[in-house]
This record gives sequence, structure tokens and C-alpha cells, in this order.
Amino acid sequence: MSFDIAVTQLFNGVSLFTILLLMALGLAIVFGLMGVINMAHGELMALGAYTTYLTAKFFEEHMPSLMNVYLFFAIALAFGVTFVFGYVLERGFIRWFYNRPLDTLLATWGLSLVLQQTYRSVFGAQEVSVPLATWLSGAWTVSEGIQLPLNRIFIIGLTALVAAGVYLILHKTRLGLRARAVTQNRAMSSAVGIDTNRVDALTFALGSGLAGIAGSVFTMIGSTNPGTGQLYIVDSFIVVVFGGVASLIGTVFSGFAIAQAQTTLEYLMSGSMAKVSILLLVIVVLYFRPNGLFAPKMRS
Amino acid sequence: MTLVQKHGEAAGHAATAIALLGIIPLALDAFWINLVGKYLAFAFVAIGIVLSWGYCGILSLGQGIFFGIGGYAMAMFLKLEASAPELPDFMVWSSVEQLPLWWEPFKSLGFTLFTILALPIAVAFPFSYAIFRKRVSGVYFAIVTISLALTVNVLLVGSQGETGGANGITDFRTLLGWDILGDGSKRTLYFVEALLLLAVMALAAALVHTRFGKLLIAVRDREDRVRFSGYDTAMIKAFVFSVAAVLSSIGGSLYTLQVGLITPGLIGAVASVEMVIFAAVGGRLSIVGAVLGALLIGFMKSYLSEQFPEFWLFFLGGLFIFVVVVMPNGLAGTLQRLVRFKA
Amino acid sequence: MSGITRRRFIQIGGSLVAAGAVPAAGLWPKIGYTADTVHLGLLHSLTGTIAIAEAALVDAEKMAIDEINAAGGVLGRKIEPIVEDGASDWPTFAEKAKKLLQRDKVPAIIGCYTSASRKAVLPVLSQSKGLLYYPTYYEGQEQDKHVIYTSQEATQSVIAAIEWLAKEKGKTFFLVGSDYIYPRTCNKIAKPTIARVGGKVLGEEYAPLGHTEFSSIISKIKAAKPDCIYSTVVGGSNVAFYKQLKAAGLDGTKQVLLSTVVSENEIDGIGKDNAVGYYACMGYFQSIKSPTNDRFVKALKAKYGQERVVGDPMECAYNSVYLWKMACERAKSFDVDKVIAASSELEFEAPEGKIKIHKTNHHVWKKVRIGRARADGQFDIVHESGMIEPNPFPKL
Repeated sequence: MSFDIAVTQLFNGVSLFTILLLMALGLAIVFGLMGVINMAHGELMALGAYTTYLTAKFFEEHMPSLMNVYLFFAIALAFGVTFVFGYVLERGFIRWFYNRPLDTLLATWGLSLVLQQTYRSVFGAQEVSVPLATWLSGAWTVSEGIQLPLNRIFIIGLTALVAAGVYLILHKTRLGLRARAVTQNRAMSSAVGIDTNRVDALTFALGSGLAGIAGSVFTMIGSTNPGTGQLYIVDSFIVVVFGGVASLIGTVFSGFAIAQAQTTLEYLMSGSMAKVSILLLVIVVLYFRPNGLFAPKMRS
Repeated sequence: MTLVQKHGEAAGHAATAIALLGIIPLALDAFWINLVGKYLAFAFVAIGIVLSWGYCGILSLGQGIFFGIGGYAMAMFLKLEASAPELPDFMVWSSVEQLPLWWEPFKSLGFTLFTILALPIAVAFPFSYAIFRKRVSGVYFAIVTISLALTVNVLLVGSQGETGGANGITDFRTLLGWDILGDGSKRTLYFVEALLLLAVMALAAALVHTRFGKLLIAVRDREDRVRFSGYDTAMIKAFVFSVAAVLSSIGGSLYTLQVGLITPGLIGAVASVEMVIFAAVGGRLSIVGAVLGALLIGFMKSYLSEQFPEFWLFFLGGLFIFVVVVMPNGLAGTLQRLVRFKA
Repeated sequence: MSGITRRRFIQIGGSLVAAGAVPAAGLWPKIGYTADTVHLGLLHSLTGTIAIAEAALVDAEKMAIDEINAAGGVLGRKIEPIVEDGASDWPTFAEKAKKLLQRDKVPAIIGCYTSASRKAVLPVLSQSKGLLYYPTYYEGQEQDKHVIYTSQEATQSVIAAIEWLAKEKGKTFFLVGSDYIYPRTCNKIAKPTIARVGGKVLGEEYAPLGHTEFSSIISKIKAAKPDCIYSTVVGGSNVAFYKQLKAAGLDGTKQVLLSTVVSENEIDGIGKDNAVGYYACMGYFQSIKSPTNDRFVKALKAKYGQERVVGDPMECAYNSVYLWKMACERAKSFDVDKVIAASSELEFEAPEGKIKIHKTNHHVWKKVRIGRARADGQFDIVHESGMIEPNPFPKL
């Protein structure tokens, strides 16, 4: 492996890391903090992706001069739409299952089927194509052999921003404080006057909104079709569980470890075998650290 | 109350027996009997899930793995018989020139049946015992098993020359010289399957009613207290999980016989979650319910997708939501409540 | 108390079973054809992962049926399609094929897209003496007496494509595909062909089906610096592959890439900008200039909207309905054996030009074309072969 390839591969690893992280952040809140197993989380990503597609269509037709910056509107809109959808979903659906976690799994599975079919009926079974702004296509040529795709650099930057934002919301705002309090001890939080229902809904909506951002961003590198969400859901769960539930730092590290392992192994062996090796590795590590890499040290 | 439940359950078993052996073969034609045979294969899996999840609280999202063990073992045997003395066709396309060593024993039906029953235990028991000893939470077990299902699926698809890849293994003709394709033999297979299922139902019911059954419920509700009383709860859980694994494997082998093919799709994450849903719809605490759930969902899938090829997923998704919201204990639970109320 | 309970339970159980039986009994077998109608099965995935590629074929088939009905039908009967959803699940394909053949008694099915679904249907066909028209390019290695294969099998496109690439674009190749039988078989044909034309294979990579992360494979391509990439990546993976290739600087102006699976329909999803300049080898392109094709494209757009594009499998699906109709008319019967016998050397003036069913092997003689993707998602045809004989069992 030459120097150029090594640098490119390192970059690929970082890029995949940010993609996994973006994918898992929403789930880390919904599943990790709140303990809600939302099997329709992938469909929320697809919702973000389709929102992006519609935004792109709208800009193409009505303000083609702004096509270059449509993505920023699309990301904001994708966040907004999935945030609201998540809020409504929590109020009208999820909250009835808080004391039955495994039932949530089944009900949200049903929901994911319904959502997939909705996308199929509305947008057709075929993939839709989301245009990429010109300034994001192409690559930054570092040297003759090293070309770093601009859209990936953009994703790395955006993920850093989003992750920092999530950290700040959870640790520096009142909502974050309350959300953490409610997830740690619901009864006590309620007793000190926190409106736990509202906090639940907002936390869930935040996690959903993050899924929307992820879906929006993934239109740059992958395909958008009714089944898109299914591709990401299991991987997202694995990242969160591997990192340790209730630990955002854990999610970050686990995303990093899985991404680096995957890009390295894919270079050394066939794609299928690389995937099998990663999954087995995760299972073995989980055996020795059953609560993930970063298990919270407390009595349950 | 227990009296009602007990009799209700016995009546449920009896009704199932009458339906499977009497009503269905009389009322339906060969096409539908074959389809019911396909749904019943999942009923075995669902009974296993009722035992492990409903009674012992272990949610596995990887039952497809064991379904695949049974299904593929049977398929390998049938494929070798169908293609003998040549190599199986998919090996020829993939330039595999010699039968892989691990295929050799599957020329024997005895070994195949032994594999169907023993391999799931050999895999499930040590694996789950090791994990349960770590006292991991249910969610972790679910995620670990779903990742395993995904792993096995990718592995099967990736090693096309030895497993048939994404196509799976298909095109069988005979079982020990007996033609398995005709309507008559499908009917015979259906009866074998139905009798086997009734036997499994009876055994499972017996298991639940023993002292051991009470222990299972105790482990589900307060595992720590059972442990403090001196029981090895990991052993108990691993045992039930192994039973569920064997049942899945039996279901898989019957599926291969009924449908005439096995594919990696049946091992993956989606199929594995669906298997849990069979049990949930039927009622996670009822063995009869598990059979009912498998039959109902199988039928709904066939019927709805025929009537509304473009929209049937709405109904299926809606059904899952409806069952969870309105009937938390599934069809059987609702039925029981109804009966108790009337009585 | 318990007595009532038990009776009650049996009643409920019984009525449940009956409830299940009623709709089933409602599905009494229809007769395959009456004095004025004949049923035709259309079996494709309308849901699930493959629906992306497969759902559009039903539209082309329905259009052909409407045209035929408008012109008087087949043997004086109107065709009534029965659409079934294979749901991207191979056992479901087998179940639905059985339903079409045994309950609806359809004299023929047009259907399947993936080889896996076709393989699942084969035993049902032979058991129920059915007839399947299979409208997708595939890897060959098969000749079933109950199947007519109406698209190109692998040798027809792969050999033509590799020979053209070696002559026009360069002799070093990198082979990329999804990890299943079609890409592996195509590459099995491609490798000796490359050797024969004096070329060299610099690498061969497979990505799991549905994979969306191609950066490592692209790194390997960049390290190998091949003249040509031959791609058999399928489905949603293609979108990721093309987008990431372009982002890595290997766009259609700088790198030769040819695919035997990317038609106009796929480009719709990949995004026109991402595919510009790449090549595809197909039997049919929408941009073919001929009166038959103009009429075909115009009719399709009139029926399904001006936005719609037509790719090779859609055209082959359309042809299949006509091939069946013509064979029935030649046989003067819907009987499967007679229709199969009448299909031998049947010629049809398709949108892609003349095609002809082979005398014995159930595949079609056809021309293949190499096109280069334009900015509008259509292809500039840069090469057209002569009529190529189908050869599903090549000696390599």
C-alpha cells in the first residue's frame, strides 16, 4: 500500500465514521437515553431524504439561481419535518408503550412497513435522484494521488457541528438537563416539577430530527428509495449498542472503531467477508463487555 | 379461574387438532393445503418463541439462524439426491469442481436428521449459556442475535459456490426415491407436519405446566430472586433457548420440504423479526395462539397481496400496530378474556 | 361453568377457522380463458428491495396488453392481466406462480427479474406445465423448456462489450460487481475474453448486495489505474457507486466505465449528472432511431407521463407479451406445448429492431448496442453489433 492510498484510506475511514455517527446519533438519544426501540428510525431517515428531494425539486423549478445553497434549506427542513413528525409520533403513539419496551419494537416495525408503503405510493418504487450542488461535487486534490471528495469533507464538517450541537443541547440547556434527569429517574423528576411528558416528546422529537438530518445528508452519497431506511437501521443499532447505551461518547468511539475496522478490512479482503468479520468482532467484544464499550458505572 | 384457563387451553388444543386434521384437509384444495403447510412451518418457530420469550423473557431476533440450519440441512440432502451423481447445479456455475467436504455427510438422511436436531442445540446452548452467565439485559441479547442473523445471511450470500448464494438452494425432486412434488405427496407431507406440530404443542404445553414451567415464569419476572434461591438461571434460560432453537430448525426443515426451496432471505434480520411477530400476534403466552398467529399472518400475506398487490403492506403494518395497541396479549389473550367474561 | 367455557371456546375456534375458510373458498379457480377473454399472469416485485427495478416492467406489459386488446386481442379474445406481487422474496415468487398456474390457470406468465426469483419459479413451471416469459438480461447457464428468455443472456452483451472496449478504449480492466451470481458469471465470461483480446485484468471486486460504501473499492481502482472498469454492480448500490466514483474524480470524462446492467431506468435514480460519460451495453436504448421505437416511446409517455424513461428490461417485457401473442396465433391455441413449439424461429419487429427466437434454445437472436450516457439521461449509441446468436452454455 503506497502512501497515497494509505492517506486516502485513512480519510475514507474518517468519512465512514462520520456517516455512522450521524446515522447513530438520533438513535443514541431515542434508544440510548430514552430506551425506546424505534424500528421505524430508518424510515425517519428516509423521510429526511425525501424532504431533501422535494426541496431540491422546488428550488429547481422556482429558484434555480439558489440551487447551490438549497442543501442548507433542505437539511434544515428535513430536521424540521422529522422533528415535528417525531413529536406527533411520540404524543400519539410511542408514549403508550413506555412500560412495554418490546411491544414498542413490534408496533414500530408495523409503523415502518406502513411508512415504506406510503413512500412507495407517493414517490413510486423507483429511486429518486437528488441533485448535488456543483460546489460539492468534485474533489480537493491534495497531491497527484490524493483526491478527497468534497461532499465527504462537507459531511465530516457537518457531523462535527451536529455532534457538538447535540452535546451542547444535552449538557448546557435546561431541556438537556431535564431530559437527562427524566431518563435517569422519572418519578423523582416528576416530583420536582418537571413536565416529564413534554420532555419525553421533545427528546424523542430531537432524536427523530437528527435522523432527518442524516437522511438528508445521505442523499449525497447513497440512493433514495422506499426501502432506504432498512439499510441503515441494523447498523445504527449495532453502533449504539457497541458503544454502550446511555453513553453518547460511547457512540462516538464505537462509530470510529467500526468505521476504521471496516475500511481497513474492506481493503484487505472481499466486501462480504469484511462485513462478516466486523459483525463477529462486535459480537465478541460485546461478550466481554456486555454493556458496550462505555457502560455507565452505576447500580441498576 | 385457573380451572377456566386450563380447560380453555385444552379446548384450544383440541380445536387446533380438529382444524388441522379435519377441517383444513376437507375444506381446502391441494393449493391451499400446501400453503397452510408453509405457514405451519413458522408455527414451530412461533411455539419456540412463546416458550423462550413469553414464558422466560428471552427475546431473540435471530431465530432465522436456526430456521436456516434446519432448512439448509434438509435442502442439502434433497439437492444431493436430486442432482446425484452430478454436482449440484449452482456449484457447477460457480466453478466448484469437487463437492465441498462438509457437504459429504449430507448424502445420508440419518445424518441430516441428526444435524437438524443436534446442530441447533450445539450452537444455541454454549452460545446462550455464555451470554446469560454475563447477565446481559434483554435488549442486548436481541441486538446480538439480530447481528448474528445478519452475519449468517451475508456469509451465505457471499459464499455462492458452496451455499447457492442469494438464490438459495432450489429444485428438489425426491426424498429417498419418493416423489415430493405431486399434490398427493404434498398432502401426505401436510399430515406429517400437522401431526408433528400437534405433538410439539402437547410437549410444549406439558413443559409449561411442570414445576420447571413455573421456574421459567419466575426467571422472567424476577431473575435475581430465582438466582438467590440457588438456581442456575443461566442454565435454565440456555435450556429454553435451545428448545426454541430446535423447534425453529424443525420448522425450517419442514419449510424446505413444503415450499421446495430455501433462501438466505429466510435467515436475515427481517425474517427473524417477522417470526417474533407471529408469536406476538397470536399471543406470546399461548401455544395455541402461536399456531394461530403463524396461520393468520401467513394467510393475510397470501390473501392481501393477491387482492391488493400494491397496497397490502398498509394492512399488514396496520395489523401489527392494531394487535400491539388493542390486544397486548395477542389473539389468544383477547380470546381468553372474552371467554372469561362470558363465562 | 367450565363446560360452557369449553363449548364457547370451540365455537370461537371453529368460527375463526371458518372465517379463514370463507375467503379461501371465495377464491374458486377461475378458468384460464373463456369465449372472449384470456388471462395472462404478470408476476413481478411491486414491494421490497427489487421493486426499484422491477415494478416498471408491469407498466410496459400492461401497455402491450392494451395495444393488443385495442387491435382485437389474441385469437379473438381480450387479454386480462392478473398482477401478482413477488415481494422481492423468492419463496413468494414460487407461491404466486403456483397460484397463477393452478388456480387462475393462466396459459402464460410474464415475470421475474432476478435470477433467484426465476430459479424459484422453475420447479413450479415444470410441475404445472406452465410457460414463463423472462424479460431480463441474465447470466445464462440455463435453458428450461418452460421458459422463453427474451432479453440478452450474458455472452451476448459481455463478449461484445469487452471486445469493443479492448479495441476502442484500452486493454487493462478492473471488474467490479455485486456479490451474487450474475456479476460472478459475467466476470467468468469476461476474463477469458479479455485474455483472448490480449488484455489484462488488474482487479476483481465484489460488494455485498445493497452496499452503499464504495470508498475502499474506489481506492483499489485508483491504485490499479485500469483503462476500463467493467461494472456489474446492481440496484441501489449503483447509485452509491456512481456518486462516489464521480466524487473521487473518476467521472465519465476521465475514466472509461461500462456496465451491462445500467439502463435508462437506473440512470433516473443514479442522477443524470452522476452517470454522464459512462457506457452501457444493452439490447435496447430509448434513443434508438426507428419508426417502431418512436411509436413505442411516444405511446409509453402518453400513457405514463412525459417524465417516464424506458430501459432495456421494460422493452423486453413489452416484447414478451407480443412474442406470446404471436406464438399463440401461429399455434392457433393457448396450449403451452403448442405455443412453445410455435415460438421456434418466431420473428418480431420490436422497438429495438428485429429479434428472433432461437430455433432450439429458447433465447433470442438480437443486436446489442453500446451507448454513452448523455447529460439528459439518454444514451448516444456508439456501437451496434450484428445479430448475435444466443449461447447460454458458452465453452470458455
